[in-house]
Order: sequence, then structure tokens, then C-alpha cells
Amino acid sequence: MTEPGARPKLAPHVRLSFDPARQRHVLQSPEAVTVLNDTGAAVLGLCDGQRTLAEIIAELKPRYNRVPADEVSHFLDRLAAAGRLEANDG
Amino acid sequence: MDRPFGLLAELTYACPLQCPYCSNPLDLSGYGDELTTGEWLRVLDEARELGVLQLHLSGGEPLQRRDLTEITRHAGQLGLYTNLITSALGLSARRATELRAAGLDHVQISIQADEAARSDRIAGTPSFERKLAAARMVKKLDWPLTLNVVLHRHNVDRIAGVLALAEELEADRIELAHTQYYGWAWRNRDGLLPGRDQLERAEAVVRAARERLRGRMEIIYVLPDYYSRYPKPCMGGWGRRQLTVVPNGDVLPCPTAHQVPLPRASVRDHALAWIWDQSPVFQAFRGTDWMPDPCRGCDRRELDFGGCRCQAFQLTGDAARTDPVCQLSPDHEIVAAAVRAAGGPAPAPGPALIPRPHVRPRHPETSS
Repeated sequence: MTEPGARPKLAPHVRLSFDPARQRHVLQSPEAVTVLNDTGAAVLGLCDGQRTLAEIIAELKPRYNRVPADEVSHFLDRLAAAGRLEANDG
Repeated sequence: MDRPFGLLAELTYACPLQCPYCSNPLDLSGYGDELTTGEWLRVLDEARELGVLQLHLSGGEPLQRRDLTEITRHAGQLGLYTNLITSALGLSARRATELRAAGLDHVQISIQADEAARSDRIAGTPSFERKLAAARMVKKLDWPLTLNVVLHRHNVDRIAGVLALAEELEADRIELAHTQYYGWAWRNRDGLLPGRDQLERAEAVVRAARERLRGRMEIIYVLPDYYSRYPKPCMGGWGRRQLTVVPNGDVLPCPTAHQVPLPRASVRDHALAWIWDQSPVFQAFRGTDWMPDPCRGCDRRELDFGGCRCQAFQLTGDAARTDPVCQLSPDHEIVAAAVRAAGGPAPAPGPALIPRPHVRPRHPETSS
């Protein structure tokens, strides 16, 4: 996911949803729940397999004061390593 | 107070299998008065409100409940991620299609070994070929498939074959979990506990397979806690992340906590939120205040939470002691002695295993 041209998307069977009990977005997957902060949820909301990593970062800039590109790609790398995210090859 | 993430719903203790490592209670007679469909749907509503996001449908064999599809559909509508933990016996094409349409998210199928004779012997009934057929059907229906293998001295040497089978079935995940000694497994412990040499060979196989299958199959390997230096963080802490509802509606912090002498709490008498927040059974070992020495002053107290309360109770008669698995526990010799007995380079044939009895369904919601 470190390539600016990568097009990340959620792995099949992983769901991004809003949990009203916690007032947080969460990722649900077969054996795990990841509770997201607002920035994390915004990043993943844009991981549709169409946008590139560079486009995602550019799109988030006006919404958040500070979106360091390396932090975003590190966040996505960790999710990819845990099998929750993959790159769109198509 | 933390909110629970997962609900383990043990829908019924009826099961066609007779695995000698089953974690179900030794006395299965008290669970015939199962929750009705309506009661389960209400439990799910309350669980969702409490913050539960994952629903693990288990048993016994959850497919023995006629209303499994209805329960699954309701859970999906609530936004719960649904996970069926099954022997696959009873997963006909018709039922699988119904469950797929009802929104079931994930299927976890148990196998007992990598070939029919051994798997069927451990399961106590011919089942291996049906399990494989069901696993293929799960993949065909585009579900994520997890294979679940409970390891013990009679199958741990077959790990390489099990992994090859998982690869052939295109499993997305495989969970190779050493037996935890509760329920029937506790009764059969001395016949199930593997030797240290068996574990060392198994770990080498798992390491190599992880390397080879990286990115294709996730391999979860759960070590046997008897061989660990420190105890497992059981359930991520008592009453902290998970809750279990058993067939008769009792709510427990973990599926084996019925054996710990604590007051019962049932969804038939109380709201789930009250049980989670305030019931004596959930408060008993929450946090760190209850801890004895050496846990109380230990740097690991918030990593492993003193280990498993059920294990402490089973081994010492006192659920509030440090888990004897911990090498720092004053009772560690109890575990060390069991490990020594299982040891030796060539594991001797262990004591005969007592199969968990085949429990037939009794409740009207349970199919025969």
C-alpha cells in the first residue's frame, strides 16, 4: 500500500460500519473488530478500489488539517498485513 | 465499563459428534430447557444495544436448531457480523443456501484430522467425508471458510496433512488450536495432552507453512497453555470483551464458567445490560482488584489478567488464585507434573478417552 498508485479496497467479507453504541466506525471481519478513529474511518471510506493512495490523501487534505502521507500508508499497511485490506489489481 | 464486542451464542448442546475434547459441561442434563426463538431474538436486540458486533453461533451443533436461519437473519438486520461454528453435519445444500440468503457472514467447520479413519474415530461418528463436501459447498457459495482443528496427542503429528487439506479446500483461515482442558477435555486430559517433542515438531511445521502460504491462507496457531511460561489472557479479561449465553439462557463471561461457584444470571430473569454491568458473576473477577499475589504486583497483570479463572478453580479449588499455568504461580507444580507425565520422546498410548455422550435434541425448536 506504500505505492502512491495503489488502489486499496476492503478485503471481501470485511465490513466498515458505524456502531451507535460506541459512536465510532468499526471494521468487522470473521474473528475481529477494529474500532476506528474519525480519520481512520474517513481514510477507509475512500478505499473503494478506484481511488489511488495519492488521490485519497489529496481528498482528505481539505477535511483535516494534517494528514501525513506516511501515516496513512502505514495505517493501510497494517490493515493489509492483518488481511482486512487489499490492493485492487484491476 | 468496557462494552462487549462478541457474543458466543451456544444455541443447543445437542450434537451428533462425541469428541472427547468437547468443552461443553460434563453434566449436560440441565440444559434441555432451551431458549425459544423469541427469547434468542430478544437477546440479540439487547446484545446489539450493549455494543456487541460479532455473533458466534455455536453449541453443541447449532444446525440442530430449526430456527438457526431466523436467528441469523435477525442478527444480520441488527448489523452483527455472524459466524457459524459447526461440525458441518446437517449443512445440506438447502440449509446452506437459506443461511446464505439470511446473510450469514462466515462459516467455521471443524475437522478432527486429515484423513477419514482418524477423524471419524475422534469424532465418534462417520463425518469426515461430509465435512469435506460441506467445506467445498461453503467455498462455492462464496463464504469465507475457516477450518477449525482442535489439537491433542492423537492428531498433532498430522498437522502437515491437515494444512495440505486446508490448502486443497482453499480455506481462507485455519485455526489450529491446542485443546483447552475444560469440560470433557478436562476429564480426558491425561489421554489428550501431547508430549513436548510432539509440540516442537508441530511448531516447525506451522512456521514453514506460514512462510509458504503467506497472503493465501491465514494460519492461527494457539499454543497449549500447559506448555506456556505465562497464562493466556482468557477471554481478553473476565467480563471485558466477550460474553456467552448458554442454551438455557444463563449468561457467563466464558463458556466454561458454569463450573465456578458463582450466582447464576439468566436472560430469563434479567436484562442483558444488567447482567453485563452489575451481576455478581460478571463483577467477580473484573479488572485487577480481586487479584492475589503474585498477580497483584506483576507487570503482566493487565496483559494476561491472571490467566483463566476456570483453570485456577479446576486445579486448586479456588477460582481467585493465579492460574497455575503461570510459572510464577505457587501452584505451578500441578501443571508441571501433568506435563512431565505427558512427556518423553515417544508418547506412550495414553489412558482410554471417554467420548462426550451424543446428546439428542429435546426442545421443540431443535430438530431431530
